[in-house]
Amino acid sequence: MKLEPVIGLEVHVQLQTRTKAFTSASAAFGGAPNTHVDPYSLALPGTLPVLSRAAVEAALKIGLAADCSITERGRFARKHYFYPDSPKGYQISQLDEPLCKGGRIEFVLDGEPRRVRLNRIHMEEDAGKNTHVPGARYSLVDYNRCGVPLVEIVSEPDLRSAAEAAAYLRAIRQLVRWLGISDGNMEEGSLRCDANVSVRPAGETKLGTKAELKNMNSFKHVEAAIEYEIARQSDLVARGERVVQETRLWNADKGTSHAMRSKEQAHDYRYFPEPDLPPLVVDEAWIARVRGQLPELPIARWQRFQTLGLSAYDAGVLSAEKELADYFDAVVALGAAAKPAANWIMAKPDARPQPAFVAELIALIGDGTISTKIGKDVFERMTAENRSPRTIVEAEGLVQVTDAAAIEAACRQVVDANPKQVAQYKGGNPKIIGFFVGQVMKATQGKANPEMVNEILKRLLS
Amino acid sequence: MTIEGVAEIARAVRERKVSAAEVTEAYLARAAADELGCFYRLDPTARDQARAVDEKIARGEDPGLLAGVPVALKDLFVTEGLETTAGSKILEGWVPPYDGTPSRKLKAAGAVLVGKLSMDEFAMGSSNENSAYGPVRNPWDRARVPGGSSGGSAAAVAAGLVAGTLGTDTGGSIRQPAALSGVTGLKPTYGRVSRYGVVAFASSLDQVGPLGRTALDCAHLLEAIAGHDPHDATSLDRPVPNYRDACARPLGALRIGIPSEYFKDTPAAMASSVMAAVDELCKHGATKVPVELPHTSYGIAAYYIVATAEASSNLARYDGVRYGLRVDGDNLGAMYARTRAAGFGAEVKRRIMLGTYALRSGYYDAYYLRAQKVRTLIKRDFQRAFERCDVIATPTAPSTAFKLGAKIDDPLEMYLNDVYTIPCNLAGLPGMSVPCGFIEGLPAGLQLLGPPLGEETLFAVAGAFQRATDWHDKRPPR
Repeated sequence: MKLEPVIGLEVHVQLQTRTKAFTSASAAFGGAPNTHVDPYSLALPGTLPVLSRAAVEAALKIGLAADCSITERGRFARKHYFYPDSPKGYQISQLDEPLCKGGRIEFVLDGEPRRVRLNRIHMEEDAGKNTHVPGARYSLVDYNRCGVPLVEIVSEPDLRSAAEAAAYLRAIRQLVRWLGISDGNMEEGSLRCDANVSVRPAGETKLGTKAELKNMNSFKHVEAAIEYEIARQSDLVARGERVVQETRLWNADKGTSHAMRSKEQAHDYRYFPEPDLPPLVVDEAWIARVRGQLPELPIARWQRFQTLGLSAYDAGVLSAEKELADYFDAVVALGAAAKPAANWIMAKPDARPQPAFVAELIALIGDGTISTKIGKDVFERMTAENRSPRTIVEAEGLVQVTDAAAIEAACRQVVDANPKQVAQYKGGNPKIIGFFVGQVMKATQGKANPEMVNEILKRLLS
Repeated sequence: MTIEGVAEIARAVRERKVSAAEVTEAYLARAAADELGCFYRLDPTARDQARAVDEKIARGEDPGLLAGVPVALKDLFVTEGLETTAGSKILEGWVPPYDGTPSRKLKAAGAVLVGKLSMDEFAMGSSNENSAYGPVRNPWDRARVPGGSSGGSAAAVAAGLVAGTLGTDTGGSIRQPAALSGVTGLKPTYGRVSRYGVVAFASSLDQVGPLGRTALDCAHLLEAIAGHDPHDATSLDRPVPNYRDACARPLGALRIGIPSEYFKDTPAAMASSVMAAVDELCKHGATKVPVELPHTSYGIAAYYIVATAEASSNLARYDGVRYGLRVDGDNLGAMYARTRAAGFGAEVKRRIMLGTYALRSGYYDAYYLRAQKVRTLIKRDFQRAFERCDVIATPTAPSTAFKLGAKIDDPLEMYLNDVYTIPCNLAGLPGMSVPCGFIEGLPAGLQLLGPPLGEETLFAVAGAFQRATDWHDKRPPR
């Protein structure tokens, strides 16, 4: 029986706002333990939450970018559990009135656009961090992270392979970085992912029993854990056994997962509407303003770059990060043709000399003022020295020699001076022409037009 | 000292007839001689606070609305540097690093905080017997309770241990003790006063309000603490009226709604005491209007779902991890269980269990949601009634002060003492209790209920009543 894996992801993204979601304490990552705290962060008696508009705005950005419908009047909910990282004994979250409903994430997999439907995006606050001290009878708790705003992006079970799940997760990372709402760093935990995995006979429309995978803190682990889970469940089915609904923890060192708790042991979170916060009202004007601030999204960029004549691959590289895509657009806006602009930028994606310099360099090569070879040196120098390529070319006398007579004189000199190599050429070694070209370029300090040198040498040697 | 109460003391201090230091000294002496059990502790900075007020006056600066007024606070008002226990063992020794908004505003208005007052643990109770640090005695009869949960506050005002004070009212905790102790108390409209820095019981019901000898005293206090607070998202962003002026306003053609539901099970003596008060108001221009509040009888049931559900959540933070009591255990779960078992009293545990039960997965619709629907119905009852009247008059409590220990083993009987105060909290309305007579030597309270933000009307009615009567001037035996 052929089995089909069905995967849905729950992705938590830390929103990079100045303050925490419900208080003015700093939301910055790191810091000495318990320094980014205030009475609310520590759940001191009498403290109350006050919602950060910046956090809502960041959540709205991802919601609108993912084409969700926005809940115009929604309530927060309390989700209860006892654990030292949760100082209030509950987390403020959203249950049946999430800020964003529906929507989709689009990304490119194997050169093809792919679309995964979202169930919802809701806001909540992060927990603190427990450190278990080996051998000690206590744990340490750091509340710096406690209360940092999060969105949880819940997909529909639209993913069909581990590779696809990883690509989807990368697309979320790209999108949140693109929107400037998070650095999407999985190692530091600003991007976290749980996966719901089940298998079913191919062609079946009912969902199988799922396992929820946790504790995967890199893209590699997400892919490996899902891969492992698909194999584990397929094995069970092949042996005629039942898949049990449970939460499983991925162990990256062993490359396996183990059951953490079953459905029966699942928490009762005792959700109820947060009475300390009035309903969150997001009116049309607010939505319109945030929508108006949205940048052109990665997929749109990718498609537009292709219409400029770039390959799907090049368009993908240049639209991986917004800063790079903006940089490319700036160069093209200054009149550079898309293809040479792409080539120059992709050759040294981190160099980023002034866009005007790149456009000018491309123009200098295009009109024959300098050769491509000289251009490479000029690129290095305009990057390092922050001088315009024209200034460099003029100051250093790098203008290409296109005077046929002068080039021919130089070629003739080289040919005359190297009879042995001439004999080799004539004896059937055409590759030796490279030697002559090199000598001529050396003699002209690289300024001779290479095509003309080639042409003239061939004529002289034949 | 013959100057008594908030309004008189504030004026005397402002006019330099007496210094804040002298007043504070006199009240510290009274507090030290407290035989009723009102005070948990005194504030060692009281004399410094008083001196600061006097210096301000000497410099010619505005000393504030409550200049030199000695107040003490129910022990769930968070006070920077001064232990705050909410009447519970679980918070014993907790010294807050911040001032709550009501505490801060009182001090900013020139009031002198002389100490912290007894209360039912986490404001859960109607007799003050649930205090983890001992009961409070009613100054009118020391064998009786002062009411609760702001029992220490009401008794302290009645006995003249403080000029005025603040309480919190979740289901009647200002008005019922005010009635049982013979003082004036107001629960404002939900959101009128910030809850920031007030230890939470039930967030959607809790409201801070004043207790004083007179409506005018309460008006001074409310004016000082009311208003929007950026730290409390549920606080109302509406201007604060001059409540003192409202106290002197003539009644005009005031329509007083009389809901039969609030009288039919009330003992005759209490009902006639309240009706006599209404008749007195009618002598000054008011008229009686019968109104209906048909969902009144569902109030207690709805209240004990909503309040306990929210309390079970609000009290989850008392886990022994960060502050207050911790009883160690072999593992985390044991530490939580032992800490909470040792730290909470019986009534608090009962309510946490009730609330936890009500919020269980799958039962939300049957309990919490249903109770919220009842709330909506009760709110609508009041909306309809206020189309026909300006204020509603009822008894504050069905009985006068009962004996210490009389109801402590019968929670339901205890809960029923709040039957007339609870609907007002469920609807978020302002409600006031005004002394209206004595039954067998014990004070009776007239409850006045107003529409949302109708505090001025309540002050006008109470002010007129207190000009016409002298119940509020009666003093308990020393």
